[in-house]
Amino acid sequence: MNRIDLTRFPTTNLLLRSRWPQFLIRAITLAGFVFTILAGLFGSVVGSHNFAIIFVWIAWWSALKLFFIPFGGRSWCSICPIPMPGEWMQKRGVFSPTGKGFGLGKRWPKKLRGNWLQAGGFLLIGLFGAVTLTSAKVTAIILFFIIALAFILSLIFERRSFCNYLCPIGGFTGLYAQAGPVEVRVKDKQVCAEHSEKTCYTACPWGQYPLALKSSADCGLCMECLRVCPSDNIAVNLRPWGSDLGQNTKHNPGEVFLGLVMLASVLVDSVVFLGPWGQLKTAAYEVGSLPWLIFAGVFLVVSLGVLPGLYSAAMWGAVRLGSAKTTFRKTLSKYGQVLVPLGLMAWIAFTVSFAFVKFSYVLPVISDPFGWGWNLIGMSGTASIGQSTSWSGWIQILLLVIGLFWASRVTQQISESKRQALPIIAFSGVFTVSMLWLLIG
Amino acid sequence: MKLQVTGSDLINRIKNKWWFFVLLIAAVLIIFVPLPQAQAAAVDRHLRIEASMYQFTPGVIKVNRGDKITLDLVSMDVVHGLSVDGYDFELIADPGQTQTAAFIAEKTGVFRFRCSVACGNLHPFMIGKLQVGPNLMFIRAMLLGLLAMAAAFWSLRKPFPNLKEVNH
Ligand code: SF4
Ligand SMILES: [Cu+2]
Repeated sequence: MNRIDLTRFPTTNLLLRSRWPQFLIRAITLAGFVFTILAGLFGSVVGSHNFAIIFVWIAWWSALKLFFIPFGGRSWCSICPIPMPGEWMQKRGVFSPTGKGFGLGKRWPKKLRGNWLQAGGFLLIGLFGAVTLTSAKVTAIILFFIIALAFILSLIFERRSFCNYLCPIGGFTGLYAQAGPVEVRVKDKQVCAEHSEKTCYTACPWGQYPLALKSSADCGLCMECLRVCPSDNIAVNLRPWGSDLGQNTKHNPGEVFLGLVMLASVLVDSVVFLGPWGQLKTAAYEVGSLPWLIFAGVFLVVSLGVLPGLYSAAMWGAVRLGSAKTTFRKTLSKYGQVLVPLGLMAWIAFTVSFAFVKFSYVLPVISDPFGWGWNLIGMSGTASIGQSTSWSGWIQILLLVIGLFWASRVTQQISESKRQALPIIAFSGVFTVSMLWLLIG
Repeated sequence: MKLQVTGSDLINRIKNKWWFFVLLIAAVLIIFVPLPQAQAAAVDRHLRIEASMYQFTPGVIKVNRGDKITLDLVSMDVVHGLSVDGYDFELIADPGQTQTAAFIAEKTGVFRFRCSVACGNLHPFMIGKLQVGPNLMFIRAMLLGLLAMAAAFWSLRKPFPNLKEVNH
């Protein structure tokens, strides 16, 4: 079905296949990562004057949701610096393919597999969000902790265990990459079936076997399989948005949980950061205080209780309206994919609402990254208060409405009957109305 | 973009389905048709807003279109400002001081107002809401949402072609 294979064109093929372009970009992101940590630790304590805050929470976090995921699925992971140092150790070299290197290469424990830990990590970020979002030091410490953890785990466990099972960003990008327009797939299944060595599987840092790839959730677009396949049988396709969603997709409870945590997070972030409720902001900020405990309690009740409860209620309805064979558990997992377009569009709308207003902070911190009074590109001190316009309001409305339409359509496609789809469409509707009210109400 | 978003099957349908155009027209109508609004007589309002780290009290203000708003901004702790999105209006109050200014609320809709003086860590999130007249944008958005659900509901007439294979 209408795919464009990028390996068919000489230029894109060369760019993807050669290790150099990717290495250069990753060298830059790694340098940027280290610089961000330094700026966070030694720069100004005023968040809006510190490169670390503005770059991580405005520039990068927005780019991830507005650019990397919607136009490249998991493309961020292909240039992410976090697993780099560990991978060099595992491979014993910068350019060598996966092979014998340092590290114990243990398998990740079965009990800890799935998206549960990633979802937990995302919840933690949300609980401490008001602090990380405003304190450059905390941001720097978290970044350092993440890269150190990724490094240590890569010495103990095989391949990218950190990415697969722990990284909250990986959970986020993986979930929404299923709606993204890029995929790695094999060209001819027969060729793979006759190739017993499975070079691609050995080389894949993510532990994937391309022939078995059904969704793009766990593929980090690192292009290693493309580079090692002796038969040139790997395609890098541009595809229509939402290609991984449909009746052939099976989600597991972990993915459903991740999807619900993402919905809860975008709701809570909208309430805290965009709402007119000042006491809530202070409560979210004063970690450890009684108001914070209450905030944390409410946050957890919403993300672990209210939303999953509403979702389960919708599922219960769908089971009642379905055929006799449908079980609750199966239904629960089956409709998990509806949360993908719903959440993705909500996060994009949230980003439009939040980041566009704050965008004027970006150039000044390039000009004066530490807040020490430098003026590298002559843009220091040009940040304005920023304001939202009715244009951005309409863009947010369109994004949310498209998300609702998309989610409802996916619901329809995987339902046995129109009737069965109704409770889930209602769930999507309630979520969308809440977002609309928070963003433009 | 909206087309590709929903997949290739939709593109094929558009070629021979009229419903898509009906949908588009309905959406345009929802966005642009003037809605009747009861016009309350404009009055003079004197409001007092207290600014403290990091909130405005009251945080939500509702007025009618055409009202003349006289605002007292009182700062309870450090220097705070108040600037209204979409309106060219700003007030800055020193600690313990009151600053007063007036403006006419001639644009309808919901506008955020923000603290305009860096006052601490959460300053970028110090936000309030000014609603002038009814929030028509939100009403239109809800109607668009309903339209989207209805469109999705009716756009797939038959159950999806391979559904049977999967279920049996
Ligand atoms: S999963 Fe996380 S650490 Fe791994 S590549 Fe993606 S963003 Fe980077
Ligand atoms: Cu302030």
